[in-house]
Amino acid sequence: MNLVYLGVDIGSVSAKAAVIDAHNNLLFENYIFTQGDPVGAVRTVLNGLTDALKDKYRIAAVGTTGSARRLAGAMLKAAAVKNEITAHAAGALSLFPDVRTIFEIGGQDSKIILIENGIVSDYAMNTLCAAGTGAFLSGQAARLGTRLESFGALALKSETPARIAARCTVFAESDLVHKIQTGAKKEDIAAGLCNAVAGNFLNNLAKGKKITPPIVFSGGVSQNAGVVQAFARLTGEAVLTHKKARIFGALGAAILAKAAPHNSRYTFILPSARFITRAEECTRCENRCELVHLFQNGKIIDTLGARCE
Amino acid sequence: MTISFPHLASYHIPITTLLQTLFPAARVLPPPAISPRTLHVGARHSPDFVCAPFKYNVGNFIEALQQGADVLFQAGGGCRFGFYADLQEQILRDLGYNFRMIKLFGSDGLSLKKLRAAALEAGAKLSYPRIIHALLIAIKSIRLIDELEFYARESAAFTSDKNTHESLLRSFKNALLHVRTLRGINKLAAQFRRTFNSVQTSVPHNALKIGIIGELFDVMEPFANRFLERELYKHRAVVTRFVNATYLLTQKKKLARKVLQDAAPYLKYPVGAEGTLSVAACAALAQGGYDGVIHVKPFACAPEVNAVPALNSLSRDTRIPVLYLSFDTQDAASLGMKTRVEAFIDMLKMKKQGGIL
Repeated sequence: MNLVYLGVDIGSVSAKAAVIDAHNNLLFENYIFTQGDPVGAVRTVLNGLTDALKDKYRIAAVGTTGSARRLAGAMLKAAAVKNEITAHAAGALSLFPDVRTIFEIGGQDSKIILIENGIVSDYAMNTLCAAGTGAFLSGQAARLGTRLESFGALALKSETPARIAARCTVFAESDLVHKIQTGAKKEDIAAGLCNAVAGNFLNNLAKGKKITPPIVFSGGVSQNAGVVQAFARLTGEAVLTHKKARIFGALGAAILAKAAPHNSRYTFILPSARFITRAEECTRCENRCELVHLFQNGKIIDTLGARCE
Repeated sequence: MTISFPHLASYHIPITTLLQTLFPAARVLPPPAISPRTLHVGARHSPDFVCAPFKYNVGNFIEALQQGADVLFQAGGGCRFGFYADLQEQILRDLGYNFRMIKLFGSDGLSLKKLRAAALEAGAKLSYPRIIHALLIAIKSIRLIDELEFYARESAAFTSDKNTHESLLRSFKNALLHVRTLRGINKLAAQFRRTFNSVQTSVPHNALKIGIIGELFDVMEPFANRFLERELYKHRAVVTRFVNATYLLTQKKKLARKVLQDAAPYLKYPVGAEGTLSVAACAALAQGGYDGVIHVKPFACAPEVNAVPALNSLSRDTRIPVLYLSFDTQDAASLGMKTRVEAFIDMLKMKKQGGIL
């Protein structure tokens, strides 16, 4: 049985899993939508890998990342539970060892990570506002009656992109509605939105940061060719993407799990175990933390959300 | 007469003592400790785009009024803080509460005259010497709180039992509640300096050193920054910060010119409130060999927003990483802070070790 390492990235919009060997080669991957059910998503995303892995490989360590990393980490007895920034940097670096700047846009957050000599030297992550993230794009794609997958291709067709205010999703949306109603073509709107997302990213998140090539663009939105083109135009640099760029977080989590002290007890019994969560307001002090208890087959295995831990 | 005032970290202890001395016939009632309810109630009755400290204050006032307070004290400062008292008074009146609001600070700091006038009006016959004595006790208590907390911050992460410093500080504050004399404070100071000194700590020579800078309320009030300092201790960091009540009350005016000089060449003019200090402190931390700086502000805090471009250039020139955190009223702030701090610490560690973790 070959030893492999599993990385799981449970985001707000999608859940990703990656399996690597001891040399960080990507063996298997899976990508599904979270659909508001992170516990179910962990199960589903791994179910998709079970057949390929079951008899030939042994999982030596599990790493988790993404906004549901604690929950997934508890379910999978993870060796590494890591924030998205460290995980994405590790994932991108494994495929682009020379990368200096990473743009990452996911479902609800976006980040810029600067790398120097193979180490993260600075980063920023959006706070308080989800303007210019994947959730915004998918909402607007729905408004235009376009599938998200073909949104980028549609944008590339445009010759006169609509000007759409990039500063704030709400402002962008009123601009957008106005342009639609005054008869702008769909591809021009799509291209305008892609420009807005890239412009917002560079004006807010990347403000004051020195963007050095090579630039790698990762996360779900990197699959949108319109945004890639907008970034290239606005930065004046080549913007590299990768067809696996959606799973860089999972890939990084697997790499970090390999590096962490581990002794995996992960088996494929997960699909049959029953996980439920229950929320509770803690009354032991005035903080009134909102606790979430995670139960496996009726037994409590972790509690999240306590400030005093 | 029941007197109350907004919370800020643990300074309600010396403030309660001070007010009780100045108003012997009144009941001094600090609001209930800040809780999520405080913030929700405060946010509901505040303008949406006002800075978060305003919302905390309104929450404190409402919770105090509900417990019977009828005289409220409010301070002020050199930013929107200067308008807090007037606007909050109006909001609370519109809600139907009956109370008196005593506004202590002008733009030029604490006004002794106003304090005395308020006391006289409330029926307390106070001479200036008595007021000054009471103020001395308050300032000494504040200095002592700040001194012990400063010390604790540097080594809290490295005691054998992780809560040692926190529980020591708690028992110190419980003791401070009952001190009414200068001699009592001196005794307490000696006792707790000894106790803190006797705690075994082992700070590794390569421990991460983090400085916290930013807006005064969000920096000092642990609830407002979602217990940032405690989070840093979990990551085994030495923590320091410049802004505390001692600085604001006794040093700010004196040091104003020096602070602006220290912020040069990144700032030429003061940018309001503690914004200038943020830049000066960041420069000092970079020079002092700190590994990273965390800048904390309420969302849309004008002085600190002004400081950010200067901090960006400073960070680029001196190569000290700065993490920017903005807080408002959202519940997810705690998780968001943890994610960003963890990533920041990972980054600093990797820098120190020269490779992936």
